[in-house]
Amino acid sequence: MSEHVVSTKLYYAIWIALLVLTGVTAGVAFIDLGPFNTIVALTIATLKAVLVLLFFMHLKYTSEKMTSVVVISALFWLLILLALSLADYTTRPLGVN
Amino acid sequence: MSDSPAIVESHNPEQQHHFADMEQQRQASSLGMWLFLATEVMFFGGMFCAYLIYRYWYYPEFAAGSKTLDIRLGAINTAVLICSSLTVALSVRAAQFGKRKLLVTLLVATILLGLVFLGIKGVEWASKFEEHHVPGYSFHFEPQAPSHPNTKIDPQRIQIFFSLYFAMTGIHALHMVIGVGLFAVLTFYAWKGRYNSAYYTPIENAGLYWHFVDIIWIYLFPLLYLIDRKK
Repeated sequence: MSEHVVSTKLYYAIWIALLVLTGVTAGVAFIDLGPFNTIVALTIATLKAVLVLLFFMHLKYTSEKMTSVVVISALFWLLILLALSLADYTTRPLGVN
Repeated sequence: MSDSPAIVESHNPEQQHHFADMEQQRQASSLGMWLFLATEVMFFGGMFCAYLIYRYWYYPEFAAGSKTLDIRLGAINTAVLICSSLTVALSVRAAQFGKRKLLVTLLVATILLGLVFLGIKGVEWASKFEEHHVPGYSFHFEPQAPSHPNTKIDPQRIQIFFSLYFAMTGIHALHMVIGVGLFAVLTFYAWKGRYNSAYYTPIENAGLYWHFVDIIWIYLFPLLYLIDRKK
């Protein structure tokens, strides 16, 4: 067994954290925070995604550097796609599609 | 070939001949899976990008469309997927310890949770058809009391929201269907006793796929259901 074995306790803790965060994000959506509603929702979603990646997908325990390279590249390319596209559309005058 | 017992002993029947050992095989397989997931990020990324641009342009329409989605069913489905991610994570662990019965039980639980998710999604889609919120010829949208009296809601733009809603949840559901099929095959082999502490890569890789699909939904839920819920 070369792979790291994660204790069931940690899995249950992550599971409960994910469920709690789901409840929080649904609850916070009904409170008026202005533009921060979207920011809070996406922050919680990212926190949940990181928990899944690190613990359920074992990224925290992987000894293979190539896995990290692939994950970081994937996120970097996604960032290029989103950031450069939005840098264009959000800086044009509205209505000039 | 009794003069080379060491080689015979160390050879796992699941090892492909082009790998030096099981560890190398596992690493190559895992890297391949992560590369596939990187392409999946690109695949979903295009839709997320389209979503962001249209949400920026047509915010009032996106908020109005989002309000017609059932937030309870969306939240329940999120919880169902999180539970299925737990059963998948535990099934990888069961395979690592070579617990066949536990592995089969957890894989079946994952399949059932996946089917519950798809069932709830089906109910949501069916109600969209009944409400004529499906983009196309019979699309019809009655704006309920607008949150801001000055904003005009253009039904044509709401079709864009629902197009993206159906495309994103549809492609996500397709991934779920593929995942359920994948786990059905793995359950069969696990029941036959194919996976043990020395060989469980298929369980691990299918698990990575399932967790990835879970992460996509973790983003879809707030982006589609929670745009403008504040009272």
